[in-house]
Amino acid sequence: MTTSYRVMPGPEHFLPPSAASMGIRLPDPGQGHIHGSIVSEEEALEEAARQFLSAKVPTIFPGPLVLWAWNDKAAKKAKAIRHLYETIKECVDSSCQHAMLIPMPDYRPKYPKINPEIEINPNHPNLTIWHNKIDACMFVGVHCHQANLSLKIIRGGTNCYTIAMCAQAGHEDAMVSVRDATADKIIKLADWVKKLKGSVAPPAKNSA
Amino acid sequence: MSKERIKIAEELFDIMPVEYQDLVKRATYGNGQRGWKDIGNAKELIEEHSLCAGCPESMAFRYILASLPNPEDTVMVGSTGCTSLVFPHVAVHNIHSLFGNQNAIASGLKRALTVRFPDRHKDVVVLAGDGATVDIGLDMTLQAWFRQEKFTTICFDNELYANTGGQESGLMQKGFVAKMAPVGKTFEKVRLPEIARESGCHYVVNCTVSKPNLIEKVIKNAVHVAREIGPTYLQLYTPCILEIGKNSMEGLQEMRDSEKPTERFAYKEYVSEPAKELLAELAAKEKERKAEAKKQLAGQSA
Repeated sequence: MTTSYRVMPGPEHFLPPSAASMGIRLPDPGQGHIHGSIVSEEEALEEAARQFLSAKVPTIFPGPLVLWAWNDKAAKKAKAIRHLYETIKECVDSSCQHAMLIPMPDYRPKYPKINPEIEINPNHPNLTIWHNKIDACMFVGVHCHQANLSLKIIRGGTNCYTIAMCAQAGHEDAMVSVRDATADKIIKLADWVKKLKGSVAPPAKNSA
Repeated sequence: MSKERIKIAEELFDIMPVEYQDLVKRATYGNGQRGWKDIGNAKELIEEHSLCAGCPESMAFRYILASLPNPEDTVMVGSTGCTSLVFPHVAVHNIHSLFGNQNAIASGLKRALTVRFPDRHKDVVVLAGDGATVDIGLDMTLQAWFRQEKFTTICFDNELYANTGGQESGLMQKGFVAKMAPVGKTFEKVRLPEIARESGCHYVVNCTVSKPNLIEKVIKNAVHVAREIGPTYLQLYTPCILEIGKNSMEGLQEMRDSEKPTERFAYKEYVSEPAKELLAELAAKEKERKAEAKKQLAGQSA
């Protein structure tokens, strides 16, 4: 099935369609997708790095699968995520860019409210994105169902660029997605950020 | 859950919200002596909840969670009602059942846990309102007791369907007029504690939650008896202050008034013979432990 639909930053509208329903398909092993077009994994990683470097507030949202040390693999991924965050921080222009690492510790609805400065909740992710003016974010270690839910809400109500580093088959609802994520792949993304440092224009200092 | 198995990843510990860090650093998992006195000193296993201000159910929740003898190896089963608004904020594994289905879920769960973990105590505790326990779920409640399923059933008895606006429940007192029951209840409050005793429960208590030390004692007794002998049942009065026309500060007094000797929540306890033996054994062990601790303390200060 071919489709003209492209998964682009929103705000699309209140209830955006799921990208799958619009004909976007998931990448096969070794592939990724950019805006719904299948590309090689390297291309997807490069695009993700570009987005981080050009964003005002590039942010990583680690989920419960990596925040909690369920096993050695999860602990390694947590280490790789910290490395990626430190790399982004190093590579962006601190005068106009502010890298963030904000956890999604679990999926429970939180009452009376969440603190958007310190966490993100999949049931209302836009609160964190709006509050911190996040314009590019990456989901990693979030269970697929919750990631899909959040990615769709974000596309519906914000102009944030979304990247999904998925340990399973990837996410159609993100603008860039890589599948079968491992600690090595996260480190590879950090390497791309390093490699592209200086070659990507940072956001204009006075842009909103 | 095991506190050894589920740890925050070291590399990301610092970014976790403080309530999660506190659960690792200051919660009472694994502490055999945990109890209601930990409230205020240690990290509670209940986070902010969405119950009404002054709701006695929130007090009951705190006392129960502080008193569970083995929270890291306990699964709570809840049902529809005000309690289901609290479970998302509880740091003990929990399952939300279909309305009234809680004792059936708990039966299967307890059996599965016994097969899967033959060498460990895995406690199952049902916590549901009076509608789920006595009206909609009465079949499942009784059948679990008939089958001698080894778990504790706690009923938060507020004597009506509170969060749907005040409909009549089986545990409502005779003659009571509620917002959605304008004619008034025409028959007596169902005597579930007596039914529990006749249905095979080995430890049954009917009381209010006005005294935290009492709640600690009955929770620990109920869980230990359920673990070793058979089903146990606690009926705790947690009045809905909104539905009975009280203010936030009046919940405690309402419970005190209702536990007077002639009132419907006067302390009632039934303990079967095997349960009596078990509790006596546990009390003797506890006494021994305290004497030993006292001796050690005296040795240290000498």
